[in-house]
Amino acid sequence: MTKAYERVLAARQKGRPTAMFFMERLFTDFLEMHGDRRFADDRAIVGGVARLGGLPVTVIGIEKGVATEEKIRRNFGSAHPEGYRKALRLMKQAEKFGRPVLCLIDTSGAFCGVGAEERGQGLAIAENLMAMMGLRVPILSLLIGEGGSGGALALGVADRVWMLENAVYSVISPEGAASIVWKDAGKAAEASEALRMTAEDLLGFGMVERVFSEEGGDFEQVCAALREALAAELDTLLRLEPGELTRRRYEKFRRIGGDGQ
Amino acid sequence: MISKDLFKKPNNRLEGEQDAAKAARQAAAWQCAECKANATRDAMTANDYACPRCGAYVSMTARQRVQWLTDEGSFREMDAELLPVDRLRFPEYAAKLEKAQKETGEPEGVLTGTAAIGGEPCALFVMNPMFIMGSMGAVVGEKITRLFECATKRRLPVVGYTVSGGARIQEGMFSLMQMAKTSGAVLRHGEAGLLYVVVLTHPTTGGVVASFAMEGDVILAEPKALIGFAGPRVIEQTMRQKLPAGFQRAEFLLDKGFVDRIVPRKDQKQELRLLLTMHRREANR
Repeated sequence: MTKAYERVLAARQKGRPTAMFFMERLFTDFLEMHGDRRFADDRAIVGGVARLGGLPVTVIGIEKGVATEEKIRRNFGSAHPEGYRKALRLMKQAEKFGRPVLCLIDTSGAFCGVGAEERGQGLAIAENLMAMMGLRVPILSLLIGEGGSGGALALGVADRVWMLENAVYSVISPEGAASIVWKDAGKAAEASEALRMTAEDLLGFGMVERVFSEEGGDFEQVCAALREALAAELDTLLRLEPGELTRRRYEKFRRIGGDGQ
Repeated sequence: MISKDLFKKPNNRLEGEQDAAKAARQAAAWQCAECKANATRDAMTANDYACPRCGAYVSMTARQRVQWLTDEGSFREMDAELLPVDRLRFPEYAAKLEKAQKETGEPEGVLTGTAAIGGEPCALFVMNPMFIMGSMGAVVGEKITRLFECATKRRLPVVGYTVSGGARIQEGMFSLMQMAKTSGAVLRHGEAGLLYVVVLTHPTTGGVVASFAMEGDVILAEPKALIGFAGPRVIEQTMRQKLPAGFQRAEFLLDKGFVDRIVPRKDQKQELRLLLTMHRREANR
């Protein structure tokens, strides 16, 4: 057991609040919007319009589900291309109506399957990355549990990226890294340490702007803190002219891995 | 990530060779990994890096690809001085990098620069399958980003050849974030009205597929190239079933609508030249 792996286990813990728990507490008047207008409605991604205080916002969350039947319906929070395309559709809609976008991320990764490949999983993620880079409204992404690689990044190209204390965010699962690098999936604990995937690590790297305490598991209190922080942050971001907003967003990601060569 | 045997190195190393003539003969000799036909390396390279008998493609290093593709003497390499950094001090990564650099003679996994293809100027990137499975670390992302930024400033089209096992695990989140960074640079280049043609070669997977490999205005692929987000082994494990023949091959992607054209190697220079010509700024006036 390593410290990082404790975080990984906490992020995956049964009973940990999922995206809709936060949506219900952070927002009011939530109206869910279904479907990608192309193929289907991916239940792993829940999105729609809501209010944060008085402010209309577009909300998009990756939902793992709570009860077994719901987990299956939501594919355990592993989205297919149609899920990412639904998210993109809602982001474009937000841009049209000048609403900020709030993303809640909790996924072990984009789904790896025949159908996902047949419908262009790689393309769907790539299109989101590009579109989010250019979206002319504020985007704020909050990692509430697992941030699984490209499937998380597809909702994570944001002006502000925040994490809960026990959320993790990684290029690959520790199990996957251990089995590729050491040919031993049993070394996941060591791998999670080596990958530097905790909220603290990412804050130190400048990839995340804020980390929120989980208040010893009192998630009602966490939501109260989040609600206040979100309102204040959106107020700041909405003051920026769209060209300035996207320029700063690009510059933020542009710096990563670019210096110290 | 995908299996390592997709990145087999060509059998061209000579060690402990005593007889110089024998060495020269062996260096000139080449055997097809597919049909086992014997030929000379020259005959194979003159056949556009394909077996003269069965036509199977031979994996090309980035430098070989650049030399093969671009007009003689036209390639001006950029950012060759950028070296990988072991930011996470990931176990065994420093040694792995050193080995890759020694084996390939290259500092990193991608070559970038300006060049001419059939007389048409462009900015070019070519990934290297021999450098840690063509994986994308921070330097690969940085060089590609700089190339797109330079092409935007100089109003050049970009031609890119991809081959990759995906993000480089040993660089952790620095690697993942290159997907966002490169996508931003591609977007800006596109917003300037400039052309980006990408050629997907065997194999192109993972984080590269989920970013700049799929962001071309025109997406070409080499015949039979494996192209996918998830590697076939991962999918087999998830689905607990054998995958259908031809799954994730270039022809499959064409069929599903994700690739514009499949272009054999022997036709690539001509097709790229045509595309570049047709997208010249003055051609639109």
